[in-house]
Formats: sequence, C-alpha cells, structure tokens
Amino acid sequence: MTSQITDNVLRDMHHRMVRIRIFEESAGKLMEDGKIPGALHLYVGQEAVAAGVMVHLSNDDWITSTHRGHGHLIAKGGEFDRMFAELFGRATGYCKGKGGSMHISNMDLGMLGANGIVGGGPPIAVGAAFSSKFRRTTNVACTFFGDGASNEGAFHEAANMASLYKLPCIFVCENNGYGEYTSQANHQAIVDVADRAAGYGMPGVIVDGMDAVAVYEAAGEAIARARAGDGPTLLECKTYRFYDHVGVRGMGLSYRTDEEVAYWKKRDPIKLFEARLAEQGILSAEQAAAVHEEVTRQVREGIAFAESSPLPDPSALLEDVYA
Amino acid sequence: MAEAQAKPRTLPYVAAITDGVREVLKEFDNAFVAGEDVAGAGSVYGYYNGLLKEFGPDRIYDTPISEEGIVGLGVGASATGCRPIIDLMFMDFMGECMDEIANQLAKMRYMFGGSAKLPVTMLTMAGAGASLAAQHSQSLEAWICHLPGLKVVMPTTPYDAKGLIIAAARDDNPVIVVLNKMSLAMQGEVPEGSYSIPLGKANIVRPGSNLTIVALGRMVHEALKAAEALEEFGLDAEVIDPRTLQPFDTATVVESVKKTHRALIVHEAVRFGGFGGEIAAQIQEEAFDYLDAPVGRVGAPFSPVPFSPALEKHYVPNAARIVAETRRLLGL
Repeated sequence: MTSQITDNVLRDMHHRMVRIRIFEESAGKLMEDGKIPGALHLYVGQEAVAAGVMVHLSNDDWITSTHRGHGHLIAKGGEFDRMFAELFGRATGYCKGKGGSMHISNMDLGMLGANGIVGGGPPIAVGAAFSSKFRRTTNVACTFFGDGASNEGAFHEAANMASLYKLPCIFVCENNGYGEYTSQANHQAIVDVADRAAGYGMPGVIVDGMDAVAVYEAAGEAIARARAGDGPTLLECKTYRFYDHVGVRGMGLSYRTDEEVAYWKKRDPIKLFEARLAEQGILSAEQAAAVHEEVTRQVREGIAFAESSPLPDPSALLEDVYA
Repeated sequence: MAEAQAKPRTLPYVAAITDGVREVLKEFDNAFVAGEDVAGAGSVYGYYNGLLKEFGPDRIYDTPISEEGIVGLGVGASATGCRPIIDLMFMDFMGECMDEIANQLAKMRYMFGGSAKLPVTMLTMAGAGASLAAQHSQSLEAWICHLPGLKVVMPTTPYDAKGLIIAAARDDNPVIVVLNKMSLAMQGEVPEGSYSIPLGKANIVRPGSNLTIVALGRMVHEALKAAEALEEFGLDAEVIDPRTLQPFDTATVVESVKKTHRALIVHEAVRFGGFGGEIAAQIQEEAFDYLDAPVGRVGAPFSPVPFSPALEKHYVPNAARIVAETRRLLGL
C-alpha cells in the first residue's frame, strides 16, 4: 500500500501537519498571554490524523469537527489569516468573530464547524452524508470525535442511521486516551472504540494515529468504500494530545503522569514522519526545516493580519441570526 | 411561484397537513420527509398517508427511534443543499434532541457568521386532552421561542396548517410547526394548490372593541366560544391568533389593546413561565397607558399533564375558564 502514495502526497501531508503544529503552538501562547480571548483546545500531537484523512478529501466533501477543531480546518485548507482573525474575535475572521475557536468553520471548504458540544458533530455529518446520497453525488462526510464522545447517545444514533441508510460517512475516532480530564479506563469499559462498529454493522478499523501513512491508508480505504456506496466505517486512530485539555499549561490538574506524556512525545507524529521521509529520500532534514521556516513566517503574517483587522461593529451583533 | 387559484373545499386538519407537505414535495426537488413511522405507516396521526406511494421511497424516510439523529439529519442535510421536513412525533420528545435543536439547528448560522443556511421544517405535535398523560401531551412552545435562530408557528385551522407548512418550507430558516393533536379531525376550508401564510403576521379572527384575547393554538377556538359568552356581560372581544410565535407580531396585538384597553392571553401550556408572560410584558411595555386593567393570563396549572380524564378536564383551559378569568379580571 505504502508504495501507492506518491512523494507529493507525502510532502503534502507533512506540510499540513507542520501547518497545524506551528499554528497551534502560536495560538496557545497567544491565549496564555491573554491576547486571544476565551478557551482554546489545542490539536498538538494529533496532527497525523487530520492530515492523513483530509488529504483524500476535496472541498465538496464535508467534515464535522470537535472542540479541538483548528487542526481539522487547517488540514481542510483553512487560511491562517482568517483563522487567527476568528480566534482574535475580529470582523475578518471566518465567522466574523461570532464563533471563535469552538465554532470555527468554513462552508466553502466543506467544514461544518468545530463544535462546542461533545458528540454534536456525528448526527450533522450523517445529515451531510445523507444529502450527498440524496443529491446523487459521490461526496463523503467525515466526522471527527474523541473517545469521550463515543459515550454520547448522539454518536450511537448517528452510527446506526449511517449504517442503516448505507451513507457515505466515515466516523473518525481520535482516541487520545482522555475525555477531558478523565482517562479512557475511567470512562468506558472497552479499550478499542472500534469494537462499537460491530453493533452497527460497519467495519471497525484500528490504526496508529501517530503514523500519518497508516492513517492515510486506512482512511483511503474507508473513504473509497463510502464513495462506492458501500456505507460507513468507524476508523479509530490511537493518538495523544501533548498539551492539556485547554491551552498549553492548562489548569495544572494532575490526571496523567509525566512518564506517560514523555512516552507519547517520543512518538511525535511529525518527528516520526520526518525521519521516515528523510530515510526514504523524499524530504531531507534541510527541506523539512525550510517547510517549518516558511510556515512560521505564514503564521506571523496571519497573526499580523488578525491584529490589524477591525473588531466587529456593534451593529453586527444582531446580524446573521436569521437568513 | 404563482399562487394557485383558490377553489373552496372542506378538509380535516389532518388532511390539510398532508396537502401542505405534498405541495412542498412538489415545489422543491431537494425536499424530503424523515421521521419515525412516516413512510410505511404514514405517521401515527396519518398525515403522511399516501405520500410514500405518490413520491416514492427516495422522498419519504422512516427513521429509527432516534430523535437526536433525526434532527441532526435535518441540520446536516439542510446545511448542504437539501430542504428537509423533519417529523418529531410528539413535542415532548424534544427532550431527546434538545442539543441538536438548541445548540446546532438554532445557532449554526450565527456561529458560522451567516455562511450557513438551514431551511429545515420540523413538524411536531403538542396538546393535551387525549389521556396520553404527562409525556405525550405537553405544549412546550416556550422552550423553542426562547432560542434565537428558530421560527415557531402554531396552526389553528386546516387552512392555516397547510399555508403555514408551505410558508415554513419556503423560508430559509429552521421553522418548527407546532400542531395540535386535538385538532386533527377539525374541518375547515382548504383551497387546492399551493398558497402560503406570511410568517410573523397575526390573524384577527374576531374583531371586537373592548377586550383583546390573544390565544395560542387550539385555544383560539375556545377563545371564540368565550367571546360569544362574554357578550352578555357587554364585552365585545377581539380574538387574535398570532399564528407565528417567533417572530411575534407585537404590533397587531398592541394596536388592538390600544383600541380595547383590556387584554387576556390564553394558552394550553403551563401558565408559569409560559409564552403568555412574554406577550403580557410586551403589552405593558408598549401600551401601559392604554390599559384599564391588568393583563390577564389563562393557562394550565403548575403540574404535569394528568392521565385520568377526570383530572385532565380540569387541567386544559377552555371557554368556561376564559370567561371566568375575564370576569374576575374585570370585576364583572
């Protein structure tokens, strides 16, 4: 399978992952410096999942995201300037400053929103997949959710309906081991969320979520199956968030050990991927560094755009409530 | 779309609903119906009877008993180019899907800075009086009128049921159509073809001069009976059916009160915290100086809906209670 991935796709995935990482590192710092209002849930550590899935999708394919949604939007093609503008609450943001981090979205990119409600996304993705089938397109809908959301009724209702109607819907579970501050062992009696697929008559696939290529291959299969009209797949990606539930330092709660965090950081998806690409002669260390440098520059520009953008006019408060 | 020539004929409320949905399915290729027991069974109320045969299984979908999934289906499908009609068998079941209604359906457009459109029509059933007890009889319109982003209509006649369903489906916003189960057999004139009733515009169903009764849903008919009974006390009541609760036609109500100087609000929902309180507040804010008496409210008592007919008949407001409250209010 690996041989089928072109070098360009591998570089593309790397680029998407680096874009997520540097955006998130900067956004987290800006929040903790008090420059970005509200709460940010950072995607650092999980980049291989968003990149490995999204590289298969076009703007006509839909995704629903989570409270940890910046990475999904970036991987789907989100631009830094309008994303930072949204996080800064500016009129030039993707949502004109009305959504912020937890509702950041872009309909033109097929991104049906981050979502502040755990489990809010899967039923909406089922609706988008239903719509694709109803309108006789081959577009798919991917819904991202966590191990925590797999305990919500909404997930189960959505999974059952997607399978019943054989909808082109891919349930991507990013199992990062924690529902907010509660470990998976303390919130569900199973180890593999993919087991739940059996209850809905769909394939359940487990993949190393720190390995972009593994995610790419498994997602590719699930998406091809969906496009062919063969129905949904539950794809569980075992991953880890390097930072806290909220922000970088978080609230200083002790709910996971330093050893555990250190273990997973050794499996940093970007470092693993860069080592592999260098070894295969696809992207040298120098070339990778150049990507980081270029993305860092784009992040700086995005922040400058946001900071120099106007705040929403108070008259905008009551706009967009109704069409 | 050109409005069809009105040709008078009489239909029950239940068939008027069917007729409205039929017109929507004919008008919009991207419209479909989804809900529990809507296809094979034609709904437990029978108001989709015949539509599966007429439009085929690609337009009418039975769903699992999964209310959150059903509303989510409407959210996702409408945001991506469909015009769904979503059926929630009993309004009481909103408890099962309130996240998708309140946090997704109502707010998505605003949260997205206006980039999404959600033309969902949700039909649901309210009302007590059939001994269906506490979980199948409620009138919970106040819950949804409190959510910016939703529109809410309450059809009271067969004519209104058809016209408001068509108006709801043509609107680019989520509109919840609150039907009443005790009105299903009610007969009324329903023109053939397509017509719509403007959202946000109240209907003065009985003009009057010295008392305004604003009645919601089925209570309109009780208010009309009460208005006749009140004539012997020298009252000439104007009865207003708001038709749409959100957005509410405050202007028509306030104009009426400025003329009549007295106002009574009637709804089937529990009085405390009900939508009538909002109407009363609007009246006193905009017509305080015109009022000759406090604004009265008639609603259900502060209890769950009881099962036994012996109790339920004391629960649901009726013409006699409207008359009694009016007399108490005005000292007649």
